[in-house]
Amino acid sequence: MAEVSLKVNGKVENHEVGENTLLVDFIRETVGLTGTHVGCDTSQCGACVVHVDGVSVKACTMLAMQAEGSEVTTIEGIGSSEKLHPMQEAFHENHGLQCGFCTPGMVMSAIELVSKNKSPSEAEIRDGLEGNICRCTGYHNIVKSVQAGAEKMGG
Amino acid sequence: MYSTKIVKAENSSAAVQAIGSSKEGKILAGGMTLIPTLKQRLANPDCLIDISSCGLEGVEDKGSSVRIGAMTKHAAVAESSSVAKAIPALADLAGGIGDRQVRNRGTLGGSVANNDPAACYPSAVMALDGTVHTNKRDISADDFFKGMFETALEEDEVIESVSFKKPEKACYMKFPNPASRYAMVGVFVAKFSDGVRVAVTGAGEEGVFRHSDLESALSSNFSEEAVSGVEVSSDGLMSDIHASADYRANLIGEMTKRAVSS
Repeated sequence: MAEVSLKVNGKVENHEVGENTLLVDFIRETVGLTGTHVGCDTSQCGACVVHVDGVSVKACTMLAMQAEGSEVTTIEGIGSSEKLHPMQEAFHENHGLQCGFCTPGMVMSAIELVSKNKSPSEAEIRDGLEGNICRCTGYHNIVKSVQAGAEKMGG
Repeated sequence: MYSTKIVKAENSSAAVQAIGSSKEGKILAGGMTLIPTLKQRLANPDCLIDISSCGLEGVEDKGSSVRIGAMTKHAAVAESSSVAKAIPALADLAGGIGDRQVRNRGTLGGSVANNDPAACYPSAVMALDGTVHTNKRDISADDFFKGMFETALEEDEVIESVSFKKPEKACYMKFPNPASRYAMVGVFVAKFSDGVRVAVTGAGEEGVFRHSDLESALSSNFSEEAVSGVEVSSDGLMSDIHASADYRANLIGEMTKRAVSS
């Protein structure tokens, strides 16, 4: 066991965890934020994408201790039920989800994508979301959502 | 994952010391291969030595070469203006590894040390006449890669940086596996004033290799026609569920042509 200290959505989280604890398990089990999902657990699907110091990562392929001292942002940290993040609003308005399981990861990847490229083309969005898999939508509405989200975010 | 211990090393000599005092310690770079391996319980190291705080990140233009720190992330290489200016093919290669999240964590040193037979970076190190700088010595690319998942690295050796010679012209062409995005075949062609180097990844049973027939054909005539004149043999190439050795042999010619004509 080891002490790990990091910020999750602005709040300091100081816990004793097994040194082999994955960041995604730390977020879900220790901190209790279950918006970050585990889809494949093999670094393929992207349902577990969170931001670590502003950079998108797959939380199932990083140890909690590697995030020591970092600022982690999860889907719970970008908006609230009352006031959604513009990217969440765009997914809602454009039917960018069906079952919703992949959505937290899609939204977190999309926000990073738009932070690097204010008005991405369709091809750039499809390329940028390569690490996120959706088994319902066929991606068309996700791409539309990200385009609309980029506009809302001021692109 | 089996239980393990994590040691954060502050520099590469501390990392080497930590390996020495462990039974079966492993260096943890970006973890994009190591962590999935641990999760599947395919490895059971008693200690992971995290080298993210060893100051091994960054790109340095050395005139005739570019030196990149071992812990530099693929995304940083892809977005580096000095890499884009000096060796644009290298920035393209880094920008095509895995997906965005893998590029945000995966590192040059990790990829090179792992020497996955389908990884992209080993082909760049080989084709750009690279040198692997460790805490102990400099190893030329031709001496570094020793076969599938094997390198010249010793137990008490950590990669600190890798240098790539600046070519007159270079291009990396990858035929990616649609699911894993690893190279089914990737060909890195680099033209220097004294000849052409062609490195092939994703295809060889022994991992990355230089294709001498393609190199001599392209050294005397840098054109697609020269590539057409070379019969690429399937001897020593991998056959698996993704592609047969013959298919890979054909792809080597095809990717080389595309790299030459780009």
